[in-house]
Amino acid sequence: MKFGVVRFPGSCDEVDAVLACEQQGEAEILWHGDRDLKGVDAVVVPGGFSYGDYLRVGAIAQFSPVMEAVAEFARGGGPVLGICNGFQVLCEAGLLPGALLPNTGLRFLCRQVDVEVVNAETTFTGACGEGELLSIPVKHTTGRYYAPDATLAEMDANEQVVFRYAAGNNPNGSVRDIAGVCNRERNVVGLMPHPEHAVDPLTGSADGACLFASAARLAAAA
Amino acid sequence: MRARVLIRPKEGILDPQGQAVERALPALGFEGVANVHVGRLVELDVDSVDAVPEMCERLLANPLIEDYEVLAVE
Repeated sequence: MKFGVVRFPGSCDEVDAVLACEQQGEAEILWHGDRDLKGVDAVVVPGGFSYGDYLRVGAIAQFSPVMEAVAEFARGGGPVLGICNGFQVLCEAGLLPGALLPNTGLRFLCRQVDVEVVNAETTFTGACGEGELLSIPVKHTTGRYYAPDATLAEMDANEQVVFRYAAGNNPNGSVRDIAGVCNRERNVVGLMPHPEHAVDPLTGSADGACLFASAARLAAAA
Repeated sequence: MRARVLIRPKEGILDPQGQAVERALPALGFEGVANVHVGRLVELDVDSVDAVPEMCERLLANPLIEDYEVLAVE
């Protein structure tokens, strides 16, 4: 199993993402200017401030050479996980529904939250339990998930809500407590919380490891 | 040709920046201020203003959450 972790100018969580992936297999950095995905089995688009988040979070990164390749990989069924800024990039690129808006409190938030696994049948949640609560951190200013009502209804029908903040844990005003979503095919998943920062008991929780283990388990079964 | 694009949060979407400004103004003694919204202004030189709406759809705005208005300024 080989993971590829994208690095944009302004990425800052790619090193932790590599470490999380390396618990499950190999991991390699994919430079934003390269179209070559180096034969990886899954791609992680990490957190940070890609291209300075100029204009709008994730807006510029969607047009980078590596994202053209990632979009093609995703459309072909390849597993893609977007975390925080990576989630914003995947929404901007149209690979995931919805958009991320500034937190209702307008503040940068950094805290541990409980996140419920709502759909345990996606590429990145197959090794998690349905209804399981994961203790993982959020750290963002623009994490308020939004989608129009018609899109939300469609997402409900297709079970595309993958993670919700547990009751009382919604830190940013996200609609319906949504913390993470997937595409219809369930191979592309994005979430605001950071599972890659919660893969070792040393940092307080290893609950995030199940996302990376899910992709590895699928790859091993293939 | 100079084009000016005004981008604002879509109506009905919570705009906490606008709310924060709206709350700050009375603190400075400005009364009677309501419905404050904070958006973005993009100015660009273009050969033709006709291409600007597509630029807005694809990059300058996110049509899911923002409305835009294109003005030719000179």
